[in-house]
Amino acid sequence: MGAGISKVSIIISKGSLEGIYPGLIMANGARAEGIDANLFFTFFGLDAIHAKRLEHIKVAAVGNPGMHMASLIGVLPGMSAIATHMIEKKMEQIDIPDLPEFMEMIADTGCGIYACKASVDLFGFSKDDFIDQVQDIITVGEFYELAAGGEIIFT
Amino acid sequence: MTVDSIAGVDIESNDEGFLVDPHQWNDDVAVELARREGIGPLTDRHWQVIRFMRSEYESKGTGPTVRVLGKTSGVSIKELYQLFPKGPAKLAAKIAGIPKPRGCI
Repeated sequence: MGAGISKVSIIISKGSLEGIYPGLIMANGARAEGIDANLFFTFFGLDAIHAKRLEHIKVAAVGNPGMHMASLIGVLPGMSAIATHMIEKKMEQIDIPDLPEFMEMIADTGCGIYACKASVDLFGFSKDDFIDQVQDIITVGEFYELAAGGEIIFT
Repeated sequence: MTVDSIAGVDIESNDEGFLVDPHQWNDDVAVELARREGIGPLTDRHWQVIRFMRSEYESKGTGPTVRVLGKTSGVSIKELYQLFPKGPAKLAAKIAGIPKPRGCI
């Protein structure tokens, strides 16, 4: 076996459930393999670490071919909530944690958790808006420093 | 696949260092495997995790993932990463002489 991966820095830029979870699973999975990991939340990804928003993350029901459902149906009021509820139930059945629990778990593994300064400024947030697990608000340059020597994954 | 003498017993391990036959394992093997992985003297907390991994393997046929470990072994995720820094489920499974658990969470 060749040299494995020693560090991954994962960017989460989307605010939908299916846009957030893959990055988190990759970060958690990296830590479980002994790989150092960082999470960098930017743009709508900030919703995943926003104290008031992370419990209301939805599945995209419109313009989402992965839903296998016509967008014309997806625009109907309540469809996104139904789709989200269905996926959340399935996730609970196979013990995938909900977002608040998942963030706590990932923080406990020693993964770095950061918010993007540019996006924080864009949306007018402050550190107080975020969950306790967020360590710092950093610039893109600071992110590159953290990520140096490892892999960068954009989601 | 290599055969190695671990704690005086000839043990077969796979390329990643996991025991091919969990029945070849005993406490002394665990101590030696831990030493090779850079885990210091095994404390009661380490043993709690190791025994839990063995019993999960024996009752379910597979070792638990980190999440299950954190929820049911009595040792929190934070502590698990302190006891076994480089991937608790993977490391504890190796030291406990059971196959690497397969799971994504």
